Amino acid sequence: MNIERLHLDKTLFYALLALAAISLFVVYSGSAKDLDATLGHLLRLVLGFTVLLFVAQIRPEILERWSPYIFVAGMLLLIAVLAIGVIGKGAQRWLNLGFFQFQPSEIMKLGVPMMLAWFLARGNLPPTLPKLALGFLIMAIPAFMIFKQPDLGTALLVFGAGTFVLFLGGMRWRVIITLLTVIAIAAPFAWGHLHDYQRQRVLTLFNPEADPLGTGYHTIQAMIAVGSGGIYGKGWLNSSQAHLDYLPESSTDFIFAVYAEEFGLLGSLLMLSIYTIIVARGLLIAYLAKDTYTRLLAGSLSLTFFLYFFVNMGMVTGILPIVGVPLPVMSYGGTSIVTIMAAFGIIMSIQTHRKITE
Amino acid sequence: MLNIPIKDQFRESRVFNSRLTVIGAIVLTLILALFLRLVYLQIFAHRHFETLSQANRIKPIPIQPPRGLVLDRNGVVLAQNYPVYTLEIIPEQVDDMNSLLEELKQVVSLNEADLKAFRKQLRERPRFENILLRSNLTEEEAARLAVRRTYFSGVELEARLQRHYPLAGLGVHFLGYVGRINEQELERIDKAAYRGMQHIGKLGVEISYEKTLLGQVGFEKVETNAHGRSLRILERIAPVAGKNLTLSIDAKLQALAEQTLGQRRGAVIAMEPATGAILAFVSTPTYDPNPFVNGIDQDSYDALLNDPDKPLINRALNGQYAPGSTIKAFLGLAALEVDNFDASKPVVCPGWFTLPGSSHQFRDWKKTGHGIVNLHDAVVQSCDVYFYKLAVAMEVDAMKKFLEPFGFGAKTGVDLLNESEGLLPSVAWKKARGQPWYPGETVITGIGQGSVLVTPMQLATATATLANHGVRMKPRLVRATVDARTQVASETVPETAGQILLKKKEHLDIQIRNLMDVVHTNRGTAYGIGYNAPYKIAGKTGTAQVKGIAQGQSYSEKLTPERFRDHALFISFAPVEDPKVAVAVIVENGGHGSSAAAPIARKIMDHVILGKTAGAAAPAPASENDE
Repeated sequence: MNIERLHLDKTLFYALLALAAISLFVVYSGSAKDLDATLGHLLRLVLGFTVLLFVAQIRPEILERWSPYIFVAGMLLLIAVLAIGVIGKGAQRWLNLGFFQFQPSEIMKLGVPMMLAWFLARGNLPPTLPKLALGFLIMAIPAFMIFKQPDLGTALLVFGAGTFVLFLGGMRWRVIITLLTVIAIAAPFAWGHLHDYQRQRVLTLFNPEADPLGTGYHTIQAMIAVGSGGIYGKGWLNSSQAHLDYLPESSTDFIFAVYAEEFGLLGSLLMLSIYTIIVARGLLIAYLAKDTYTRLLAGSLSLTFFLYFFVNMGMVTGILPIVGVPLPVMSYGGTSIVTIMAAFGIIMSIQTHRKITE
Repeated sequence: MLNIPIKDQFRESRVFNSRLTVIGAIVLTLILALFLRLVYLQIFAHRHFETLSQANRIKPIPIQPPRGLVLDRNGVVLAQNYPVYTLEIIPEQVDDMNSLLEELKQVVSLNEADLKAFRKQLRERPRFENILLRSNLTEEEAARLAVRRTYFSGVELEARLQRHYPLAGLGVHFLGYVGRINEQELERIDKAAYRGMQHIGKLGVEISYEKTLLGQVGFEKVETNAHGRSLRILERIAPVAGKNLTLSIDAKLQALAEQTLGQRRGAVIAMEPATGAILAFVSTPTYDPNPFVNGIDQDSYDALLNDPDKPLINRALNGQYAPGSTIKAFLGLAALEVDNFDASKPVVCPGWFTLPGSSHQFRDWKKTGHGIVNLHDAVVQSCDVYFYKLAVAMEVDAMKKFLEPFGFGAKTGVDLLNESEGLLPSVAWKKARGQPWYPGETVITGIGQGSVLVTPMQLATATATLANHGVRMKPRLVRATVDARTQVASETVPETAGQILLKKKEHLDIQIRNLMDVVHTNRGTAYGIGYNAPYKIAGKTGTAQVKGIAQGQSYSEKLTPERFRDHALFISFAPVEDPKVAVAVIVENGGHGSSAAAPIARKIMDHVILGKTAGAAAPAPASENDE
């Protein structure tokens, strides 16, 4: 079968398939041989690939036309979530659609970069300062609303996706430097607005031993898992860290720790390579894309994917604070698999339709 | 399309490609960093982590801190901890949980609720942590378990501290209780701070001062063998006990007030005007918080929930009542203060009032009318017509503006969570609900009927504000937090919450004299408690209508079902020269403020001022006015 006729990109498709296959083994091990969980993961993967296949058929021109509407719809849903959340108090990220729980912030992972790419494509690059300011609002408002839910991980990713579009769109260096300066100055104030537990996570990064029962516990246990894996690993199903329950969330956010313990450095590097190939391929597609919109979108989505796995692996290996970001494709659960697959559907559409139309 | 400048495709792709190069380089660098980190962890630090992994039989075991005690102002214990035997399970040491549970059933009694709670914890907590299966084991059960313990792997018999409220229902509405941590709370709390803890404050002081009472979890690092058996303690960090709370509540006074109310539904707040310190905080009926600590059974809970007297409702904090004539204590001051009303001019009270151009009669509670009345008479005899006219002169928005500084229509800021706000209506408020404001509503607002709602807490605060010469204090239950180990107390500093700004200072003195005559002159509506009082009391009765009465009909207490009878209210402070206590009393469906509510306030004032619980025991002479 010629998968290119299905508008799939060979490199990306096989790399994603490889990740999916590995993930089934690791989820099985990480969930303490829970067959139901593994099947659930399989089901989500199938759903994800179906969405990918579907989205890849949509021509980029149509995606571009839809972009503002998708963004507006996402905003309305976010407002709905916040409104309901105020009544219910506490964290509220989901809308209950009866048959499944739906997390509107996921839409924004695609909606924000699509909207910004559409917005910057209406005019010349690099964008003027007022345009840049408006673009900044387009990503900052939904990101802030998601942060308020509160969902720091997703807010970070949405903000990241938007920032990538603006950066790739040619945001001036002096603007970037000014912004970085402002952030450096504002950081102490933002610090005051973080939840106690979020602050604790950052502090723990510098000294995990300070709080062996609390936040530091996760980091320490994850590092023990990764480190004790050594070069060759302890072998599949032999992660003592996960199976003795020292490792928290061993089939979701911390799944890489299980994998690294069982498959060692060789396994870790294999996975890192697959992720690197996917990002590199995505960036290449952005480079080859034929117009501003598709360039910005493919670039931003690929970089967001990078941010995903970098933040996750960074937190598992103890170089970043613990934020709730799943390892794309690998982690069990969450609606994120569908979003990621939809993103790759878009990237593949950009690649394959370019070839066919030209 | 014409507005879009022609795009310079070449320039655009150059901009984009240069950016792509930069970010590509950054991405590569970061991936390289991950690569190096992995190499470091898995090659260079491998032996270190391998050792840790092997020795990952060193477990941190949390030690619970004792929760702070809650005491009244005289040191009477309201909330304490007493040791109980608990049966706990360490899941990772159990081979077959189901058969273990079956065997345990032979030794101790286990009901469905215990098992359900246990299974839930089993899913949520780490497998090396103790999970509670049963608490409050009897001596016999504990002994039986102790004998057989060696046959059960992973079963622990522990002596734990459990929250206990020795005075049962006394003050439950301000004290609250602790209960098992539920799922929502688990989401909200800092899990590290609650490691090994089963309970959390649910209501009242227990939740409002959760952070103070909680303390800090300590831990032991315990070395265990491959089967999880503890071998030795490597390190111990002691827990820090939660701080004790000393309340300003006087438990004796609280008991007196609760007993006086008895089976009736009602609320009483007694407060020190100068400091805002709360001496009694009563909501009746009360209920025993002790069954809630380990999870009340559904039947008992349903019984409380479906009780027509609604004992679970905190009437003192959340009960919202029409203030009735008690509002005259405050609006009487407005009569002196506002520009468009002449308080020096007497008013004719024929027993009814009509708005110009309307035939609707607003009646006075006294059918025959009060005749010609001045402000003093109007307050003392609680003349409605006088206040109808005042209300019409002021308009509703001015009444709201005048009453706000007393603390009506907003939270008083008492140190309890979930306080209700009451309601001061205004034209804008009604408009926001899509309805126009009718002039008739202004009229009845003047006698505390209609939409205006107050909580007993607000009523007491406002009364204390009068007593305190216009300075409103924040009501406070907690007088001091005391370090359990060092006994060092940190006292709560009284806080001002607002101030009544007066045109003339004498106006307040005049109004306080009026309120004193309500109690101490034989035409006053509260003479029944004033005629024999050995100190001077200022007060105001109130009777709030529960059910509207149709035009031309009259209200008969005997013919009205109990639930539709009027609420009885009374507010007061004493001694007038140097107020020690301000009291607000509401007796639901109690009938008249003078007969149902005022005697309760008198008992409280006697207790505070005279230090005895006697007082208005002698039969009171009938007051001419019995509003």
